[in-house]
Amino acid sequence: MGELLQLDEAVRDLVHDGDSVALEGFTHLIPFAAGHEIVRQGRRDLILIRMTPDLIYDQLIGMGCAGKLVFSWGGNPGVGSLHRFRDAVEHDWPVPLEIEEHSHAGMANRYAAGASGLPFAVLRGYAGTELMERSSDTIAPITCPFTGEELVAVPAIRPDVGIVHAQRADREGNVQLWGIIGVQKEIVLASRRSLVTVEEVVDELEPRPGAIVLPTWSVTAVAEAPHGAHPSYAHDYYDRDNGFYRGWDEVSREREVFREWMEGHVL
Amino acid sequence: MTVAAARELTDRTVCFVGIGLPSTAANLARLTHAPRTVLVYESGTIGSKPATLPLSIGDGQLAETADAVVPVPEIFNYWLQGGRIDVGFLGAAQIDPKGNLNSTVIGDYETPKVRLPGGGGAPEIAAMVREVIVIIRQAPRTFVERLDFRSSVPGGGSMVVITDLGVLRPDPESAELTLTRIHPGASVDEARENTGWKLRVSADLEETEPPSDEELRVLRELKQALEAAV
Repeated sequence: MGELLQLDEAVRDLVHDGDSVALEGFTHLIPFAAGHEIVRQGRRDLILIRMTPDLIYDQLIGMGCAGKLVFSWGGNPGVGSLHRFRDAVEHDWPVPLEIEEHSHAGMANRYAAGASGLPFAVLRGYAGTELMERSSDTIAPITCPFTGEELVAVPAIRPDVGIVHAQRADREGNVQLWGIIGVQKEIVLASRRSLVTVEEVVDELEPRPGAIVLPTWSVTAVAEAPHGAHPSYAHDYYDRDNGFYRGWDEVSREREVFREWMEGHVL
Repeated sequence: MTVAAARELTDRTVCFVGIGLPSTAANLARLTHAPRTVLVYESGTIGSKPATLPLSIGDGQLAETADAVVPVPEIFNYWLQGGRIDVGFLGAAQIDPKGNLNSTVIGDYETPKVRLPGGGGAPEIAAMVREVIVIIRQAPRTFVERLDFRSSVPGGGSMVVITDLGVLRPDPESAELTLTRIHPGASVDEARENTGWKLRVSADLEETEPPSDEELRVLRELKQALEAAV
């Protein structure tokens, strides 16, 4: 059941050192508040999983929470590099970061396989690319048993913990979200434990066009975190803070400036 | 360059759009000569008609102005892999003479000089669409004989590369990218100097029409609206 918890107790209960953790949200509903709580609780050696690492993983990586990153696009959208991610890959700072790199299509299919309880997914992907060689532990050729077509298999992702943000939940822990829904449903259903942070807890979930509902029994914990997706956005609650994304380029460029910022704003 | 790229997009095509210059060019096309072009963003928005340029591929207005919003596994499986996208509009850090793209690393993969964001949606977009449009600045470090990493390989469809100096298309026989058009104010020598391989020039080299007042006005307004929104 989606138990209503305080954010700090939810993270304490669900996220442990060494866990594989996926904080998802495809540009929309990125669970920043939960990520910051993980930083505050000083988790280490996490296997961080996310299609688009974005600023939240830049912060987790820069604070030394991660030992490995599984991803498909690690940039600051529309702005440029993720400097903390680059520093970890290029200079092992603050700790070495192992990477497992895929394409978006591959990652999305790995999540869908995880949610489906399958060991792997099949796609027509990675053709001719060096990702085939570099990530050969997790990308393998497979022949269609019916047509003989050469395809690619990628293993399911089943994180220890899946964390997403949503617009709202009711007091039973049923979760409702809408707008760009990305891979929110897939990651909650693929994960062994799941945490959903929400803008608000309401008495009743009013139906909305295009909204999806995650029934309370498919979620482990729900925590109220108003503005918990900022600087990303929550559709119909607040807009993406594009200025913050641009400003992050300067904040994250130097190690000391980044640390000071984290100490002032997160710790 | 943006205007030349926009012109490559014909009306009523379904276009998978990368963020940055591809998104700018695709929206310029939609607001000028190709009003019924369908813009698809990898966040799952189909038929987005943003009034201002989005900074990311998932800004709220992309969803608000879309004909449909679908989950990310669906956009890649049903719509892209299902063969429903005509054009893929991509950027890259490096391109080679065959039109293969690098958006992953500069230098060695294990010990990179510059770790770039990575392939994202591009490997499958490049492979699946009927036409790949690449928009990239032309320089010796971007137009390279050999890529530092092969992130995306175009499939069997057609290809066109738009740069700040001109337009390149694969030679019908050798498939090597060949300069087919030069922009006003640029020269063939300049294009050669900014190419890391021995650039071939089409015997029928054309000159790009200068941007019209209308194209420049719409482009300026798009950029100003993005700045005002940040």
